[in-house]
Amino acid sequence: METPAAGAHQPALATARPAVDRRRARRRADWRRRGLVLLFMSPWIAGFGAFYGYPLVMSAYLSLHHYDLLSSPRWVGLANYRYLFDGDPLVWPAAKNTLWLVAFMVPAQVLFAFGVAQMVARARLGTGLFRTIFYLPALAPPVAATLGFVYILNPATGPVNAALGRLGIEGPLWFSDPSWAKPSLVLLALWGIGNTMIIFLAAIVDVPRHLHESAELDGAGPLRRLVYVTLPTISPVILFAVVIGVIDAMQYFTQAYVAADIAGGSASNAASGANNLGFPEGSTLFYPVLLYQQGFRYFNMGYASAMAMVLLAVALTFVLLIVRHSRRWVHYQGGAR
Amino acid sequence: MSAAGAAAPFVRRRPPAAVRRRRLLAAVAEHSLLVAAGLMFLAPFAFIALTALMTNDQALSSRFWPHPFVWHNVVQVFHEAPLWRYAWNTTIYATLATLGLVLSSAPVAYALARMRWRGRDAAFALVLVAMLLPPQVTVVPVYVLWAKLHLVGTLWPLVAPNWLGDAFSIFLLRQFFLTIPEEYLDAARVDGCGEVRILFSVVFRLARPALAAVALFSFLYCFNDFFGPLLYTGENPAHWTLSVGLEQFRTLRQVEWNLTMAATLVVMAPVIVVFFLAQKAFVEGITLTGVKG
Repeated sequence: METPAAGAHQPALATARPAVDRRRARRRADWRRRGLVLLFMSPWIAGFGAFYGYPLVMSAYLSLHHYDLLSSPRWVGLANYRYLFDGDPLVWPAAKNTLWLVAFMVPAQVLFAFGVAQMVARARLGTGLFRTIFYLPALAPPVAATLGFVYILNPATGPVNAALGRLGIEGPLWFSDPSWAKPSLVLLALWGIGNTMIIFLAAIVDVPRHLHESAELDGAGPLRRLVYVTLPTISPVILFAVVIGVIDAMQYFTQAYVAADIAGGSASNAASGANNLGFPEGSTLFYPVLLYQQGFRYFNMGYASAMAMVLLAVALTFVLLIVRHSRRWVHYQGGAR
Repeated sequence: MSAAGAAAPFVRRRPPAAVRRRRLLAAVAEHSLLVAAGLMFLAPFAFIALTALMTNDQALSSRFWPHPFVWHNVVQVFHEAPLWRYAWNTTIYATLATLGLVLSSAPVAYALARMRWRGRDAAFALVLVAMLLPPQVTVVPVYVLWAKLHLVGTLWPLVAPNWLGDAFSIFLLRQFFLTIPEEYLDAARVDGCGEVRILFSVVFRLARPALAAVALFSFLYCFNDFFGPLLYTGENPAHWTLSVGLEQFRTLRQVEWNLTMAATLVVMAPVIVVFFLAQKAFVEGITLTGVKG
């Protein structure tokens, strides 16, 4: 008697071996895929290990030692940190200078980039030309741009002070005046907002038209549409610009180094730029500049590592804070993320 | 008459004269602000270029227009400093670094974007952290590493890390790879392509704009980089790049602003030329970094 069950049994027997084979094949394929992932990821695994993992551990280790690259590290416990927080007369001013950048330069950059982008977006003529003009300075190599600005703003014969002089205004000493050096660096930074401007421009252009139209129907003027339509829609991009700005401010080095070295150049002699770091009067001695000075001019590598650990803590806190806080005012299209 | 009346709603009514005048004024005001801002953005370039063509005496005066034009300054700077050597070093650094960076970052980005495996999200989080970390956090031990290998004073410490993936490039490429429709990859799989073939023949081809942007950014970054070359080649002028050489130029030529500006101009020029040749890739690339927030 043929039962359906027996009928079903027969083919099952026949496929028993292939099923095992298939499972084995699948497992083999799984391993192959895992090997492939490993192969693709291998540059990053090695790179992260060599240039992030190892240095972070080593930094923590060195920060507890006295180390000058020549003799082997000598254990000093928390002495480096003690000196950092209570003793070093330069750390706090340097940290304050860097915080100044975060508090003034970053907002200035973001606002200015947004303003320029908004203007370019609303222009009816020559949008492409203006976009190019405003973007171009961002490409200028920082050393070249800084040299240019130190010349243009040089107190005695620079074109800016010459022009101000013609208007009967006595221009400031710019990069040579402790209270004007940082604002001069802000001017340089504002000149280079091209990248942020392009990102804002793309976001502004992408704001759906119907939002503007319905707001206009409800009687909203240009200002209200800016506040209630444009800003909320592009808020993720603003967040992006702020985060990048803060990160950049925390590692601000090249422009400060070059400006101090060139503007202070005549004061000291040509032998070494190290003497000029922070010129004038430490007003451009930012935290990364001090770290560079300690680590690579004085070869206090243990102390520089302690400074690096503090920077790490501050940088991580900043990023987390901003990302956390942003949930309240950033609007992502298409719901929660 | 009644027909015209019926059609009237479809004809755009001219706004009253007062409104029109206000709109015109607003447009002029807006564009004049734009033009003024544009001129201010161009002014530094103009001052640099004009000063580069002045005599030294005039560069120290307050006159703006070169009189006479000293075109020779631009040639002179190549005699004052070994700019060709710096340019060669810069080219080596930028080319080798960019090549390695693209070749090593693209597969990582593909594995993070289009392959499913445990720990992928954690690995991507590490990429983000690495991208956001200031380089000064890790610079001391990395310098010690290169010092132990006796490679400080060469271009190796600048080039080699790029062959092991770059966080920002991985991030950017991953974002782009995510936008490639799955159907393309499935079609290739049905045709019997392995993942390696898919990566090289399908993904790379579709991602050409993103790869171009990453390569461009990397090249530009290397060209502009100052901290790295200062750190690793600062003591060895034979390996200086243009950034370091330019920074040192003025310490060689104390107060000769005209020559300093000529050298500045020479260093700026290649970047600007490249920009005009590859403008589209630039703008697309920058937009790509911003869209995903």
